[in-house]
Amino acid sequence: MTNLTPQITPELVAEHGINKEEYARLLDILGREPSYTELGIFSVMWSEHCSYKSSRYWLKKLPTEGPQVIQGPGENAGIVDLGDDDCAVFKMESHNHPSYIEPYQGAATGVGGIMRDIFTMGARPVANMNALRFGSPAHHKTRHLVAGVVSGIGDYGNCMGVPTIGGETDFDSRYNNNILVNAMCVGLAKKDKIFYCAAHGTGNPVIYVGSKTGRDGIHGATMASAEFAEDSEEKRPTVQVGDPFTEKLLLEACLELMAGDTIIAIQDMGAAGLTSSSVEMADKGGVGFALDLDQIPQRETNMTAYEMLLSESQERMLMVLKPGSEDAAREIFEKWQLDFAIVGETNDTNQLTITHLGEVVADIPVASLADSAPEYQRPYIEPVAPPVISPQEVKAPPAILSALMLMMSSPNLCSKRWIWEQYDHMVMGDTVARPGGDAGVVRIHGTKKGLAITTDVTPRYVTASPYEGGKQAVAEAARNLTAVGARPLAITDCLNFGNPERPHIMGQFVAALKGIGEACEALNFPVVSGNVSLYNETVIDGKTENIPPTPAIGGVGLIEDIDDMCDIAFKDEGDAVILLGPERGWLGQSIYQEVIIGCLEGAPPPVDLELEKKVNALIRTLIRKKLVNAVHDCSGGGLLVTVAEMALAGNKGIEIGPQDKQLPAHALYFGEDQARFICTCKQEDLGKIAMVAQFSQLPTGMIGEVKGDAIVMEGEKPLPLKNLRAAHEIWLPAFMKV
Amino acid sequence: MKASVIVFPASNCDRDVAVALEAVSGKAPAMIWHGDKDVPDCDLIVLPGGFSYGDYLRSGALAAHSPVMRSVIERANAGVPVLGICNGFQVLAESGLLPGVLMRNAGLKFICKDVHLKVERNDTLFASAYKKGSTIKVPVAHHDGNFFADEDTLKMIEDENRVAFRYCNEKGQVSDASNINGSRNNIAGVYDKTGKILGMMPHPERMIAPELGGVEGLPLFRSILDRLH
Repeated sequence: MTNLTPQITPELVAEHGINKEEYARLLDILGREPSYTELGIFSVMWSEHCSYKSSRYWLKKLPTEGPQVIQGPGENAGIVDLGDDDCAVFKMESHNHPSYIEPYQGAATGVGGIMRDIFTMGARPVANMNALRFGSPAHHKTRHLVAGVVSGIGDYGNCMGVPTIGGETDFDSRYNNNILVNAMCVGLAKKDKIFYCAAHGTGNPVIYVGSKTGRDGIHGATMASAEFAEDSEEKRPTVQVGDPFTEKLLLEACLELMAGDTIIAIQDMGAAGLTSSSVEMADKGGVGFALDLDQIPQRETNMTAYEMLLSESQERMLMVLKPGSEDAAREIFEKWQLDFAIVGETNDTNQLTITHLGEVVADIPVASLADSAPEYQRPYIEPVAPPVISPQEVKAPPAILSALMLMMSSPNLCSKRWIWEQYDHMVMGDTVARPGGDAGVVRIHGTKKGLAITTDVTPRYVTASPYEGGKQAVAEAARNLTAVGARPLAITDCLNFGNPERPHIMGQFVAALKGIGEACEALNFPVVSGNVSLYNETVIDGKTENIPPTPAIGGVGLIEDIDDMCDIAFKDEGDAVILLGPERGWLGQSIYQEVIIGCLEGAPPPVDLELEKKVNALIRTLIRKKLVNAVHDCSGGGLLVTVAEMALAGNKGIEIGPQDKQLPAHALYFGEDQARFICTCKQEDLGKIAMVAQFSQLPTGMIGEVKGDAIVMEGEKPLPLKNLRAAHEIWLPAFMKV
Repeated sequence: MKASVIVFPASNCDRDVAVALEAVSGKAPAMIWHGDKDVPDCDLIVLPGGFSYGDYLRSGALAAHSPVMRSVIERANAGVPVLGICNGFQVLAESGLLPGVLMRNAGLKFICKDVHLKVERNDTLFASAYKKGSTIKVPVAHHDGNFFADEDTLKMIEDENRVAFRYCNEKGQVSDASNINGSRNNIAGVYDKTGKILGMMPHPERMIAPELGGVEGLPLFRSILDRLH
């Protein structure tokens, strides 16, 4: 075997994504030339994906604390307090590169991976969400990618028996060659039953459980840390294959073992597999790990140490148990028909020592692979926001309601039913708000409490102004939770950007994070977990394309009593429809521009965080006092789109009254000003609501009255809901059928 | 009522149906592991939804041959009522306790949504609390729910009045338009000859509270309880 090991040459080092300075550092750490296996280990651990070397400096600036936070970033997932010893464990993660290369398996294993991050901490996953960005519908691969990603997500989550209760899907040509698949999972645990990965103590057995190790996914983390080229499909072997059945067994076996008191530390094997999990456990525990690869359950024969250490085979976990508890643990895993192997021991060397076929093949200081991995403050250029454009500068449509029809049937605003009906969104019997509203809600089993979950980002805003766009993503997440009556608790961020070695891309990253941080701070909505996906760049015909900066925000909130939950549907004929928040007719970077004018121009709407805070608080009060009976966050598409969605959800029309004539009608109806909600209420409560709003110094406006089965406004031909619904529902199924 | 819920590896509606049974009867069912040889003495056996053994072979095919199924079949033949929901229906069909097979949905996609069902009979222990001919709203969540039987079997099912539920629209009309998955004769659930074994693709256990979207699944569990009390 030894003679087959490649010689360490500068080319080989470069192929491993390690630059000259990094290699010099590596030599310094080891005091000798690395073995081939060691080079592989450094390669994955120092990859952007595992080391966060370009982003760490900036991530540390995000607000991560609050009385509700039990665990912030740095663990497998973040944890927030839900009261009564309940806590929510959650995280969102990207699986972009694999999903572009092999959409079904790429998306499926993305879902599998994020669920393992949750149950490895002792939580039972209770809800999944996903944020998807595809290329232009006109691009020849888009349909194939949508079909593959959606069935991959569905098949994995459905088999696991965890409901997928919402998400978002956009289409934009700038994702043509680099789609984004961001999967979020939320789990529930009891406060005193949380598990961490720190492998404290020496002389404890290291246990491998789950699927066997194969050759799949080798170097997945390195692939995710480099830009794409036209030959990227040749990287298909680096995409892992998912087995949701085994993961379901692994979930049940782990939770069964966790009910006892034998686990010291547990960590799933995700990116960079066995290597990364051992390093993290050893590093956090302040110990060394001695592993014997001959004990690793193997699916294929003649696997080398390099392959076993870098394999990203799915559905595997590493645990450190209390000595003497091995047999009882083995019994549980055997009952679930899963592999269980003692593969090593913790020690006091602070080294990661790997033996294979009786030889030591790697011996590396743990810290050099973890906290003291390289960190860069890459040069960046601060982005310049485009000039603000006035509503008058944007052309008016021939008719408002026909513009509405066009927008509601456009790829980015149309119904995504075709997608979420392929996801089991009701299994576990606790889904109390299904997909299609502002946030999905699952009841905390056996209680009246509800957990509200949303994912948000508006890439067109972030592209135009990463700072405002970053703020907006967080603000909208908070609004979506508020709209169902939840108190926003914390977020997870999934930061998808282009190549950080380009100063303007790094500039987007820095500015977006500044915006995110400010919004989190102002809204008491800290970041508790997240993931960074850089190098979302493709070279096509010699031209480099970077994705729009897309920091997807996953927000979690708590509803104390689901009887106080609210939804978007119009309820009763005669109810008043009101706007809470400002009306300035902001058309820059709006969907109106995108769909009706055919281009995106100007600055995106600014986000006033003080106003956001006030309007969120007011809406929650109105919902709790039952003064409003439907609430919808007013965002993409503007006021009229929001109203139309509420009308469709309740199957009730609206008669829109005369409006302020200071603004052009299309700016009034399609402007995307922030910090706004549309609500409905009983006519007799209008006065009370106006008074409370005035007290909070918040503008309110009367939109109209719930009435009939059409959208009716002065000077326009009435738009029957039947027609609007057909237009809204048809686009995606028709697109996918061709 | 003493109920037993069979748990296969990757069953995933076992808890949901246990919650429903407990909600109507006040008594938690026994959860029986697939590797157990014997189903304990009970007066109802439930095969829950899920993806038994991953369903990598035909849905329900492996579960039909699991150790516990021998005992389920024995008890069923001895007259113990059996309810199979979704994957449970697939297992009952694969094990021969019910006629027909469940093929991939005609649209080839997984479908999760509320559907309307026409209640074809109410003279069985599963449906006595429903009105005959009434329309109920219950969700489905399956990839393989396309009920198929050959002409002779289908004729026998119809002649012997063994259809439990059919997919229909909200007005109760049974037509191709309301046939969500291509099932022959819009069949959503069938009985065995005795009416004591019911297999159905829709999930009544998911419609047991207003906050979940409705209560139209409850009468099914109430019917069983009334008869077995």
